Amino acid sequence: MELVTAALQGQRHALARLLSLIENDGREARTALSALYPHTGHAHIVGVTGAPGTGKSTLVNALAKEIRAQGKTVGIVAVDPSSPFTGGALLGDRIRMSDLAGDPGIFIRSMASRGSLGGLARATADVIKALDAAGFEIVLVETVGAGQSEVEIARTAHTTLVVEAPGLGDDVQALKAGLMEIADVLLVNKADRPGAAKTARALEAVIHQHTARRRDPHVWQPPIIQTIALDGTGIPEVLNAIYQHREHLLSTGMWEVQERARVESELLTVLRQELLARLQAQVGEERIRAWVGRIAQRQVDVYTAAQALLDKESEG
Amino acid sequence: MDKRLRILIAKPGLDGHDRGAKVIARALRDAGMEVIYAGLRQTPEMIVEAALQEDVDGIGLSILSGAHMTLVPRVLSGLRNAGLEHVKVFVGGIIPEEDADTLKQLGVVGVFGPGTSTETVTAFVRTQLTGS
Repeated sequence: MELVTAALQGQRHALARLLSLIENDGREARTALSALYPHTGHAHIVGVTGAPGTGKSTLVNALAKEIRAQGKTVGIVAVDPSSPFTGGALLGDRIRMSDLAGDPGIFIRSMASRGSLGGLARATADVIKALDAAGFEIVLVETVGAGQSEVEIARTAHTTLVVEAPGLGDDVQALKAGLMEIADVLLVNKADRPGAAKTARALEAVIHQHTARRRDPHVWQPPIIQTIALDGTGIPEVLNAIYQHREHLLSTGMWEVQERARVESELLTVLRQELLARLQAQVGEERIRAWVGRIAQRQVDVYTAAQALLDKESEG
Repeated sequence: MDKRLRILIAKPGLDGHDRGAKVIARALRDAGMEVIYAGLRQTPEMIVEAALQEDVDGIGLSILSGAHMTLVPRVLSGLRNAGLEHVKVFVGGIIPEEDADTLKQLGVVGVFGPGTSTETVTAFVRTQLTGS
């Protein structure tokens, strides 16, 4: 495929068009992805998540600058929400990334979530693969940032940064399950604001409980780092932590374990989509609609209906 | 296929009034498009780079500074040099009529002055970019 060859050779326009192709799905995207796949597996994928307004975009900007200063190339994928009503989206993450303009070692792509709810778009993992194959050494992935249930990034990234900021909630927020548990590195951004030390202490207490097996060297201890992304304070420390986490994953064999888990989940997702599409094609919309009618009228429940549709399928 | 129109909205030059740009960005979003908002103080080079990376179908430039005859041609030639001549450019702002004509001759598809309704702009953009 011409587009893939050009993108792999470093042609940026070809890469951009390839990303659109992947985003818009279709048969060509599949062909492209299978051609890309042998070239993937080299990038360190770093997720950045956290509530809106914690400074994720500014942090990604600061991290990218620091990584470039060390001579490595950076791909950035920034996801913002699509409107559930019109499907439109306002993607504003580039506003905070103006500093990175004009650098051929950086490629920034904004993505609309297009109805996905886990903080990433359906095609985000595949867009990351394309950037990986195109040779970007570190891929930073910024999630939508809607909050507490955005854990999909942990399945997608090797290292997940969770960004907090002072003054967003009491320490019970920090006790809730979800975001805290997926953090490989915890950041208290906007550390020049009042309450930063208190926020860091609250997080510390939670992390201590999570990693009660502290003496076990095989268990990663998520560091808590205070940053001011706007002026770069703490950014070298964050980058160090990211590299240390990578070393940890490699030396404990967890890199391999994660990779297998990621691939398994991807495979199951694709199978689910394919099987559903196949079933829908075989059963036909009309019969599905007939069952929907019966369920809505309380003549039958969803589980029985689903079983009936599946049974008929295996008979026929 | 799940194709959506992608539009870059940017403000080249140094004027700091981005109200109009934001209104248009929101209107296009509400019309179902994916709008990449690049914000203030963009150089023509930055705009071309963003258009390339984001693989947009169109670019809306908002200029209130009076520098449109310098900035817009630079964006257009940058797009050509980057192989992006298919990207349609429209301009909003305070643009005298004779300048608007010149810009259109240079390849700008539409020029919108103050008081244009958002419906006019979104309908125009949709027609220009989809041909329907």
